[in-house]
Amino acid sequence: MAKKLPSTDVVVVGLGWAGSIIANELADTGLNVIGFERGPWRDTATDFNLASATDELRYNRRQELMLRTKQNTCTMRNKESETALPMRVWGSFHPGNGTGGAGNHWAGITFRFQPTEFRLHSYLTERYGKELPAELTLQDWGTTWEEMEPHYDAFERLAGVSGKAGNLNGTIVEGGNPFEGARSKEYPNPPTAQTYAPTLFAEAAKNLGYKPFPVPSALASRAYTNQLGVTMGPCTFCGFCTNYGCGNYSKASAIVNVLPALIRKPNFTAKTNSEVLKVTMDSTGTRATGIIYVDSSGQEWEQPAEIVVVAAFIFENVRLMLLSGVGEPYNPITNTGTTGRNYAYQTANSVKMFFNDKNFNPYIGGGAIGMGIDEFNNDNFDHSGLGFVGGGSTRVTPIGAAPIDSRPTPPGTPAWGAKWKKATVDNYLSTMSIGCEASSYSTRNNYLSLDPNYKDPHGRPLLRITFDFPENDLKMAQYVTNKVVEIAKTMNPREMVPAPRKGPWANTSYQSSHIVGGFIMGADPKNSSVNKHLQVWGVPNLFVVGSSAFPQNPGYNPTGTVGALAFKAADAIKRLYLQRPGEMISV
Amino acid sequence: MTEQSKGLTRRQLLKTSATTLAAGAAASAQAATVIGTPKWLPFDHNGPMHYDSPGWQFFTAEEAAEVEAIVEQLIPADELSVSGKDAGCAVFIDRQLVGDYGDFGRLYMEGPFTPGTPAQADQSPLVPRERYRIGLAGLSKYCQATFQKNFSALAPEQRDKVLTDLEKGAITLEGIEAKAFFQQVLDNTMEGFFADPIYGGNRDMVSWKMIGFPGARYDYRDYIGLHNQKLNLTPISIIGSSAWNKKG
Amino acid sequence: MKTLLSLSAMALLGLTVQAAHAGTGADSYNLVEKGRYLAVVGDCTACHTVPGKAPFSGGVAIETPFGKLVGANITPDPDTGLGHWTFDDFQKVMSEGHSKGGKRLYGAMPFTAYTKVRKEDNLALWAYLQTIEPVNNPVETNQLPFPFNVRTSLIGWNMLNFTPGEFTPNAEKTPQWNRGAYLVEGLGHCGTCHTPKNLIGGDKNDQFLAGSNLQGWIAPDITANAHSGIGQWSNEEIVEYLKTGANRFDIASGPMAEAVENSTQHWTDEDLMAVAVYLKDGQPAAAAPQPVAADTPAMVAGKAIYADRCSACHVPNGEGVKNLFPKLAAAPLVNSTDPTSLIRVVLAGSRAGGTEAAPTGPAMPSFAWNLSDDNIADVLTYVRNTWGNAAPAVSVGEVSDLRGDLHP
Repeated sequence: MAKKLPSTDVVVVGLGWAGSIIANELADTGLNVIGFERGPWRDTATDFNLASATDELRYNRRQELMLRTKQNTCTMRNKESETALPMRVWGSFHPGNGTGGAGNHWAGITFRFQPTEFRLHSYLTERYGKELPAELTLQDWGTTWEEMEPHYDAFERLAGVSGKAGNLNGTIVEGGNPFEGARSKEYPNPPTAQTYAPTLFAEAAKNLGYKPFPVPSALASRAYTNQLGVTMGPCTFCGFCTNYGCGNYSKASAIVNVLPALIRKPNFTAKTNSEVLKVTMDSTGTRATGIIYVDSSGQEWEQPAEIVVVAAFIFENVRLMLLSGVGEPYNPITNTGTTGRNYAYQTANSVKMFFNDKNFNPYIGGGAIGMGIDEFNNDNFDHSGLGFVGGGSTRVTPIGAAPIDSRPTPPGTPAWGAKWKKATVDNYLSTMSIGCEASSYSTRNNYLSLDPNYKDPHGRPLLRITFDFPENDLKMAQYVTNKVVEIAKTMNPREMVPAPRKGPWANTSYQSSHIVGGFIMGADPKNSSVNKHLQVWGVPNLFVVGSSAFPQNPGYNPTGTVGALAFKAADAIKRLYLQRPGEMISV
Repeated sequence: MTEQSKGLTRRQLLKTSATTLAAGAAASAQAATVIGTPKWLPFDHNGPMHYDSPGWQFFTAEEAAEVEAIVEQLIPADELSVSGKDAGCAVFIDRQLVGDYGDFGRLYMEGPFTPGTPAQADQSPLVPRERYRIGLAGLSKYCQATFQKNFSALAPEQRDKVLTDLEKGAITLEGIEAKAFFQQVLDNTMEGFFADPIYGGNRDMVSWKMIGFPGARYDYRDYIGLHNQKLNLTPISIIGSSAWNKKG
Repeated sequence: MKTLLSLSAMALLGLTVQAAHAGTGADSYNLVEKGRYLAVVGDCTACHTVPGKAPFSGGVAIETPFGKLVGANITPDPDTGLGHWTFDDFQKVMSEGHSKGGKRLYGAMPFTAYTKVRKEDNLALWAYLQTIEPVNNPVETNQLPFPFNVRTSLIGWNMLNFTPGEFTPNAEKTPQWNRGAYLVEGLGHCGTCHTPKNLIGGDKNDQFLAGSNLQGWIAPDITANAHSGIGQWSNEEIVEYLKTGANRFDIASGPMAEAVENSTQHWTDEDLMAVAVYLKDGQPAAAAPQPVAADTPAMVAGKAIYADRCSACHVPNGEGVKNLFPKLAAAPLVNSTDPTSLIRVVLAGSRAGGTEAAPTGPAMPSFAWNLSDDNIADVLTYVRNTWGNAAPAVSVGEVSDLRGDLHP
């Protein structure tokens, strides 16, 4: 039986990017805020001591910063007819744990989505009409670029993003991404330095008439102090970045950029090692009364609150809503319900290139150090007659080549023995790869639900993922990979290995942690779960924030938009909700 | 935790210095309610878990001999490097198996266990300790039955043949799928060969020197602009670097 | 437990309470406000408020080389605080180091500095203290072992180390300079940490503010000496440091971080500028010592260790990053003859203070687990003798001694 605690103004579930941003914004209004984090408190110098942060076995192979699957995992299957089984080791993606969340071990690539994304269904219907593949359940977001832009800007300033504007107030700027939406301000920091591979790629792309630009990076190109007064150091390109915590305050994260300022505020409290079990609702189901959580000793507590903000990783956002009975669970057979609907992923493609005469020093780099082009992304090219929609962000981002996992050999090389060793030595320094991180469009059959067979340590059902890549996305993958091959050819590698994404989706190797949907935003409660302020339809004092709100995923990394949505929700609560507490925001 | 008694520490490298610290997980990790900037704890650090105790920790002497023979075959000695055995891969595996990895302490290991589809990945109920114990016993039985010898007593060509057959699943082992056993050993061997030497493998950073990986460095600002050049940096491990030793 | 803030060797406050009539309450808002500010300037809370407990209710333990002293309860509680004191009793404490009833105070209560505080300021402080919520909290202030616990021993100490008397302005200097001198020498009690101590814990006044080793920390030289002091800091940079805890040279850590967090960040800009003007008006540097040659084995090894363990934050040329990673080139602490603080932060790590203006509070990781005594001696010798720095080499013995002393 949960012991009841004194009520507070706001509880925030999850202290990653989204939760920390909202907690900080609301604490600034004077509200009493308690943030709940199922993992430990993380501190840069203690946890990411730079003498031991460089440990590939511990952080990459053994996944130390990631959620222990023993604590919580998902089950997975490709289709309705299969029995879902638990993901015992994280393979396909890497949910985080502890303050900072997955935003500690992320890569740092910080794109904005494009203006058309927020009205994707309307836009593609206008352009392609009946050509739009019938299997897709694309939707508009219920918001607009104009409403999103200030919040993107706020997040870029918070995270100290390094990059080059391509469209400043409608004027196309040389050296930036000409396909981006009009931005009100230049990036807060200039682009980072580049290693050889992205430089070579950018040259080749330029020679073909494309417009290469520096990948927008939350690894700071110089010392930077954000709007909270918190300072980041410059990135040192150590190459222990994606899947690692940063040892020198140069990769933006909630623990570097937000929590030092937030934790000082006397009206904010963080509860770590405290897992939220459910959101409690009143008898009418129209008001959240607080949350139930369990502390590390197993004691359950009820924390009542006036406002409940759920800002955990996508899977836990959706599972908490299913466990708390918020919204009707989605049913793909009857096509009813909204909780769990429009689950999507990312479609990752690549072309690996082996050279004889090059030395890329691939161990130098970082998760977001690189150059990209956007000519084959989303609807930046005409899809008429192609039989698919969507596309991807094409780029070279050497994240660092720690050798347990990163030791490329050409096809046909044995996995062990003298020939394996020779090929490993011959190719380690002279191989590079062009990636194409492409869109993943939602369908009726891809969704999230509670698993009927497997439970977590508290006896609650695990979340079940039913997902496979739609035909649309597989066609798109082949098309964009062919385009990448055309660029790669001009770089004259000895050998090339194109790898367009193929089905089925599998948990056997890492793809990306860009997982979206399941509790999506929109203009209509019939096909969405939250309004454009991230406020749950019919439960005005409950806000659910994160990539769970994306109705589909474009060909960009999601964190920039997660951060913008967090600012957007906080702004709505401060500016609108607090004027009329307990009511749905109607503007 | 019982492993403590068997010598598991968060690093004890500094045998020559006055004192060393055997800390547990960073103390800050245990905080439950945090109000105000958490107190700084001097000496607190979240260092790597590893074993310093000599001798085999998990394997029996017989098992160890077989594992050494396997890793020697997977990574043979040649002009590029010493063998997997001499690089410490078997020691690495032994240390990993007594630690948290050995019983999949972090992982979701609740049933029911069913094989599932290939996309659903590893669904075996066996933890690494069991995989080795059962797999090595099965291999021994197979080699005795086929060659009347243990694997370690076979000629190099015979060893290669057995390993290739395991890899292809052409052999049936008792209690464990041959392919799965082979993949487990191969993955751990490569981990041991390429991981930081603090874990017992990659002795003297042999694999890093072989491929040109400078190791656990944290600052390449002076090098990122040197495109298409060989940098010849002295590799460094978590433990340190030969360049730190005073000469003269 | 508070350990380090007020470390002048002989120690603290022993206010014992005997019957008297209750002190008069303050009736002037302005006087109380002034007193509140002065209490911040004097950082009274450092010794008299346990974090999380009622303000000024005492109980902060101060470790001294002679034993433990505990900050008194200075709330107006009649039984356990100053409830029966008069202003005259308070004035005696501040100006003479005599507690009510004539008991002598230990020097951890920095009355050797407070004696300079003007009576009108003490009146404001007293008025403010009268407004504090009374808290019943008995505190045994004197926890020194024999013979240091015998207060008559202080008669001799006072004769040797204490010159009573209010601050007298220097007519040749500006009012701003004199305000700075008044704050530094008086209520700010900077010398309590920054002035070297004699064997019995008294200030060596001929070396005022020239730096001092206090139980495993160095309170560095803050004179205008350009090599070992803050001669290279501009007035604005001194103000920035005291206001935010950081400037382009350094970030406050250890006891100074607490001083910034509790006290100096709340000083007015005018007062901080006055402090800067005063501190900068000293003798210019004596000639800097010669650095250790770059080709010695320790320097060569130290350079490699620096590249692998230090440069990712402190930058390859030792310039550091403002507000985040202290600058090592031309830093007073680095050039100090005494390497204690440097050894300490490498071994144990340290968190810099966070302030409203600069909340980052970055931390130096602990390297005790990773670097041997030899490694630390070599890398610190390198840091202390590169980029224009020059200071004696650090010996392995110094590192191993401090490692032994600090080991938890």
